[in-house]
Amino acid sequence: MQRIGVFVCWCGSNIAGTVDVKAVAEALKNEPGVVYSANYQYMCSQAGQNMIIEAVKEHKLTGIVVCSCSPRMHEATFRKTAEAAGLNPYMVEIANIREQCSWVHKDMATGTEKAIILGKAAVAKVNLNAPLTPGESPVTKRALVIGGGIAGIQTALDIAEAGFPVDIVEKNPTIGGKMAQLDKTFPTLDCAACILTPKMVDVAQHEKIRIFSYSEVEDVTGFVGNFDVKIKKRARFVKEDVCTGCGACVEKCPMKKIPNEFNLGMNNRTAIYIPFAQAVPKVATIDANACNMIKNGKCGICSKVCTAGAIDYTQKDEIISEKYGAIVVATGFNPISMDKFDEFAYNQSKDVITSLEFERLTNAAGPTAGKLLRPSDLEHPHTIVFVQCVGSRCASCAEKGKEYCSKICCMYTAKHAMLTRDKYPDTEVYVFYIDVRTPGKNFDEFYRRAVEEYGVKYIKGMVGKVSPEGKKLKVQASDLLNNKQIKIDADLVVLAAAIEPDKSARPLATKLTASMDTNDFFTEAHPKLRPVESPTAGVFLSGACQGPKDIPETVSQASAAAAKVIGLLVKDKLKGNPCVARSNELMCNGCSSCERVCPYGAITYEDKEFRMPDRTTKVRRIAKVNPAVCQGCGACTVACPSGAMDLQGFANNQIMAEVDAICK
Amino acid sequence: MKFSYYPGCTLKNKAKDLDEYARKSALALGVELEEIENWQCCGGVFTTAKDEIATKLSSVRALKQAQDKGYDLVTVCSACHNVIKQTNFAMQDEEFASKVNNYNGEVYDGSTKVYHYLELLRDVIGFDKVKEKVVNPLKGKKIAPYYGCLLLRPNGVMKMDDPENPKIMEDFIRAIGADPVYYANRNECCGGYVALEDAEQAKQSSNRVSNNAVNCGAEVIVTACPLCKYNLVKNGSKIPVIYFTELLAEALGVKEN
Repeated sequence: MQRIGVFVCWCGSNIAGTVDVKAVAEALKNEPGVVYSANYQYMCSQAGQNMIIEAVKEHKLTGIVVCSCSPRMHEATFRKTAEAAGLNPYMVEIANIREQCSWVHKDMATGTEKAIILGKAAVAKVNLNAPLTPGESPVTKRALVIGGGIAGIQTALDIAEAGFPVDIVEKNPTIGGKMAQLDKTFPTLDCAACILTPKMVDVAQHEKIRIFSYSEVEDVTGFVGNFDVKIKKRARFVKEDVCTGCGACVEKCPMKKIPNEFNLGMNNRTAIYIPFAQAVPKVATIDANACNMIKNGKCGICSKVCTAGAIDYTQKDEIISEKYGAIVVATGFNPISMDKFDEFAYNQSKDVITSLEFERLTNAAGPTAGKLLRPSDLEHPHTIVFVQCVGSRCASCAEKGKEYCSKICCMYTAKHAMLTRDKYPDTEVYVFYIDVRTPGKNFDEFYRRAVEEYGVKYIKGMVGKVSPEGKKLKVQASDLLNNKQIKIDADLVVLAAAIEPDKSARPLATKLTASMDTNDFFTEAHPKLRPVESPTAGVFLSGACQGPKDIPETVSQASAAAAKVIGLLVKDKLKGNPCVARSNELMCNGCSSCERVCPYGAITYEDKEFRMPDRTTKVRRIAKVNPAVCQGCGACTVACPSGAMDLQGFANNQIMAEVDAICK
Repeated sequence: MKFSYYPGCTLKNKAKDLDEYARKSALALGVELEEIENWQCCGGVFTTAKDEIATKLSSVRALKQAQDKGYDLVTVCSACHNVIKQTNFAMQDEEFASKVNNYNGEVYDGSTKVYHYLELLRDVIGFDKVKEKVVNPLKGKKIAPYYGCLLLRPNGVMKMDDPENPKIMEDFIRAIGADPVYYANRNECCGGYVALEDAEQAKQSSNRVSNNAVNCGAEVIVTACPLCKYNLVKNGSKIPVIYFTELLAEALGVKEN
């Protein structure tokens, strides 16, 4: 028989407000096995934990029930407390009387009744608990960073600086991501390339970092500390280690009419190309869909002009297998498509552009060499209308936009407006907004400067219609503060398109078994206290894949994710979760039902010799669970027809005891 | 294929073309339109006041009659279509329906399926089938589709096409062999009933639409709305404004018989 102590927490008024904690403690005193029962204001506090430790010693407790918040919150805390008191940490059960009880009930009597029932269930379970010892698994001291934008770059550099090898997988031919496409960065207006490209070079030169560019993650198996990852390195038809990046092939390539992704299709590139001058790795890539030689074997000019002999038309996709201890997701964002926002005439006029396209138009390495010229006729625009929140905060139009605020648009629009007025004072600049949101260091000051010093005309209200007519874009909008309809003949309209997670994120999340929200942003393990970890152990989040972020915030999160990874990789061994499945070999008949349902491949079979009652021996096939791979999901325990499979810590008889206690 | 058909009052006088060509074309396409008996005016405008019942009764009666006969209901005028679909939607609300039913003395629950004539072409007959039946393709004709404001909005009730980026009329124009002209103001308001009290405002609205179509190279504007046609023509559209059914009849070779 166990000697169980029950500890009921008030959680200030969180629980005590709707649950009579004293009555709960009193009622549970009489449950079988319970020898001690107490209540306290904050069980998780130092004093509360000491109370538990002393009670264990004084009453020789063998099991503990804490009636408090969700086990997600403090199960680990109280397990440590039990360990400190000399108990096995798995002799602790939490009855969640906060989230699933006091918070959802308003009536004291109902709340108390339910709390008592939940407490009884936990007591019934502890009565059947057995000490468990977690196994240990080694840690592969290498990290994988998926995505080579500023988030991935910063995370990789920080991990590498701590001395651990890092691989970056980037789907594009170069790292750099969105930041490489930007012109200036708010609020300091330093040039994006000037602060980004040195970091890209650092990555390229760091002895601990490998870059797999033009590559994708193909498959992920394993678990925290021991991930097995297959990386598909797509054929770029150029030998990376031979190419010097001289660009002779690019100059001579006859296929010159391929839309240039780096400039968002606003100019063209060749079939063999280097995305931009500071690309890392600075090697050429052949676009197989555009190259005549690869499509029909006619051409081959690039291989003739390449003095290094780097061109290889026969290159094939390559699969690289590597082991990692930790994985960081840094897959970033994209502006949403403007196809469904035809009221702004994005598809009707070349002079309606997105803000990212505006960045390229003002960038010295962009299609107009940094001169602000409108795309249709390359004339200087004199009236520019910026429209904010295109597709953001769009609760009523969820089928085409996003409900959330994209967070970065207010600031970059202020930047665009200010820079335009600064460089071209003859230009009239309007910004239409719902609200201007500028929380951030020196952000509001920046926006005020745009309004007060640079004379940008901010108008509260939305643009309803953009009609291209002749050379003008007729903009119709409402001025909500003056209650007026406004008509503006604009030369250029710039749409602050909402941002969304990169399309590669969803399939990647499936491979990683990492969770996502309805908008396909990766979910963090805890929104406040564990913001850079995914709920999946060993998977960390960096940058805009977790939610819209500006550069300072992205870099902070990137470094935070790196710190978490380093904290993991310095450990030589990881304690596993002992709550895993176990097969009772005397009952197992080797039917393979469990193997078929196991999502982690944790179950194998072996032939074992058994002594039979008549002193003969017999060889039988039985299931074996690899505790390091098993995640304790319980699928096999349900599938097993003979009841041989059970989950330690959540055994069938324990669950049934809980149900009995609740139904009694 | 047989449908109940609600023409609406304007189609009996000012907009006879819209009605006549709709019927002729339907016959040519193998669709029988049976006119609702003793139908009354839809009211012209759907009142959003929740307690306004009287103006919705005639629509409810038409919907109920179609249901009793076991047909879906087809209508062609933008305004009638808007009022009838909105009324039908309102009748799906039990509280509102019970008030109306108490008054009418018969039970209707908003379950009749309502098609705009364009939806009939797209969803029931199919534009590809329409294309097959075309004997006189309007090759090279540059036609500006004019949706106006009522045909597609409110989107949640009309459920016809994306109101900001529609394509049903464009697809229709392609089906009869002509070229649709893409212009921004194709789904903007013509001025509507504002013409009664502020003619200048209506003129501005109408001209904004027709000038935009002209500037984008249109030779003719097609519409499904008698009021749109009235405003555009009255305010001096530089190109003809005709009903889409007239073009359909022309393409199907049934315009003159």
